[in-house]
Amino acid sequence: MTFPDRRLSPAIDQVGVEERAARFCTRSLKKETKLSGLRLAVTMLDVTTLEGADSVGKVRQMCAKAMRPLPEDPSVGPAAAVCVYPRMVKVAAKAVEGSGVKVASVATAFPSGQMRLKERLAEIRYCVNEGADEIDMVISRGQFLQGEYRAIFDEVAKCKEACGEAHLKVILETGELATYDQVRWASDISMAAGADFIKTSTGKVSPAATLPVTLVMLQAIEDFYERTGRMVGMKPAGGISNAKLALQYLVMVREVLGEKWLNNEWFRFGASSLTNDLLMQIRKQETGRYQSGDYFTKD
Amino acid sequence: MSRLGIKKTYKLFIGGKFPRTESGRFIEFNDSKGDFLANVSWGSKKDLRNAIVAARSAQAGWAGASAYLKGQILYRIAEVLDGRSEQFVSELVAQGLTADVAGEEVAEAIDLLVHYAGWSDKYSALFSSVNPVASSHFNFSVPEPTGVVGLIAPTKGGLLGLVSVLAPAIVGGNTVVLLASEKFPLTAISFAEVLATSDVPGGVVNILTGKRDELQVPFASHMDVNAVVLCSGDKAAKKAVDLEAAENLKRVVNHPDRPLEGSPYHILDLQETKTTWHPIGV
Repeated sequence: MTFPDRRLSPAIDQVGVEERAARFCTRSLKKETKLSGLRLAVTMLDVTTLEGADSVGKVRQMCAKAMRPLPEDPSVGPAAAVCVYPRMVKVAAKAVEGSGVKVASVATAFPSGQMRLKERLAEIRYCVNEGADEIDMVISRGQFLQGEYRAIFDEVAKCKEACGEAHLKVILETGELATYDQVRWASDISMAAGADFIKTSTGKVSPAATLPVTLVMLQAIEDFYERTGRMVGMKPAGGISNAKLALQYLVMVREVLGEKWLNNEWFRFGASSLTNDLLMQIRKQETGRYQSGDYFTKD
Repeated sequence: MSRLGIKKTYKLFIGGKFPRTESGRFIEFNDSKGDFLANVSWGSKKDLRNAIVAARSAQAGWAGASAYLKGQILYRIAEVLDGRSEQFVSELVAQGLTADVAGEEVAEAIDLLVHYAGWSDKYSALFSSVNPVASSHFNFSVPEPTGVVGLIAPTKGGLLGLVSVLAPAIVGGNTVVLLASEKFPLTAISFAEVLATSDVPGGVVNILTGKRDELQVPFASHMDVNAVVLCSGDKAAKKAVDLEAAENLKRVVNHPDRPLEGSPYHILDLQETKTTWHPIGV
């Protein structure tokens, strides 16, 4: 693993990226195509709860929903993973055992990352011991913005090491990185340091995931793949609350990275409220009736 | 000096805003002499769905507003309408009524709003009850708003017909999507301007213009609509609406195709009764 050459990270044309991202929103998916897109999106969900109020009961309930999102139709789902705080990993792991649904945990002083590296690494090891299959770490945005890029590289590499067998998703928190150039550079550093996934946001900062910022990261993944032959996954998170937007993300992934990335091994949605909208749209496609939130479970 | 006339664009009223129909369609509307009067938005099913979403998001806030506030707002609608009554009279005349009938209709509509404003803090007392039960419980029933209500306004009675179905629905805490009369679409949208300046929160009332035949069944088939008020004597239409409404046990209230008399029972039409069993000590 070597620190990347910044000259290989291109400057981003802001207007160009935003225009290209906007064009993905003009595609019209209908009927069977739409339905298969919606069903695919459900399997890509990292069903998430990251609240101070999370309780054992709430996490179990969410796990049940992740395993079988639409009780009356077992062919929908299951979701890719559940994403919880470290204290809830054990509960979640037990709840989804044997279902194929993975357990992801946020770690490394989520969401701010403002803690000594030693404790942050210990947090990762704790989560892995508790049974987490995937770790969602945050980078130290403060240090990144101060220009201490090597520190970011080192912390991602050490976190990857601490993960052992577990997959590492690196949250850039693009809403705090200010420019697309910095998003691109942070993506390149994270991938070079061993990230299995790069992820836009914690969901605690606004703006969270947007189409243009995701496009910049997808292009970084594509360039990295061409240079090294290693595939890296992408996870936009936060702010993707409806099915229409989710389909636009899928269109973008398909066009930028191709079909290889179009499955839950390489692409995930981090979301809490998206699940129900996807389910409602699936029911709409199947029954012809526009649905109401009253007929879907809340958590 | 002669001026060019300014033709008003009659748009839809959704979520407190005046959007054009997403379909881009319009209906040419002629006055009683057959001369062109205005282009009216020909609302689509998609507009209807957007309106339902707006009504749903306004539902909790409006249902939770105090009776006093709802009454004040209804009274405010009456005040603002009163100040613009001349405009409504001339618009109704352009749509085919005589000046006398139009004048009466506007006056009645204003009075009806005041009538329902007065009911806002009274109907729940009228329709609540304390029920005798054979156990040590305090048992009582109270009316609660049904939720999102679709109103298919009577064809006859332009302004009065609209107000007579709208006022009892909203004073009871429901949010509504109203399909205006095909004969009087202009008045409906001008009335939306009154609503928009009367402190009615955005989304509580949404008004569409368009064709009944196209939109009445989608009202009934949408799972997020809790009740439909259908002012129509057409048996086939009633049946089609009933069939679709059965899917989520939507309430369907059928009235003849004319303005409703003011009555608290029209408020009750769109209320659900909640009964509470409260244990009491021995």
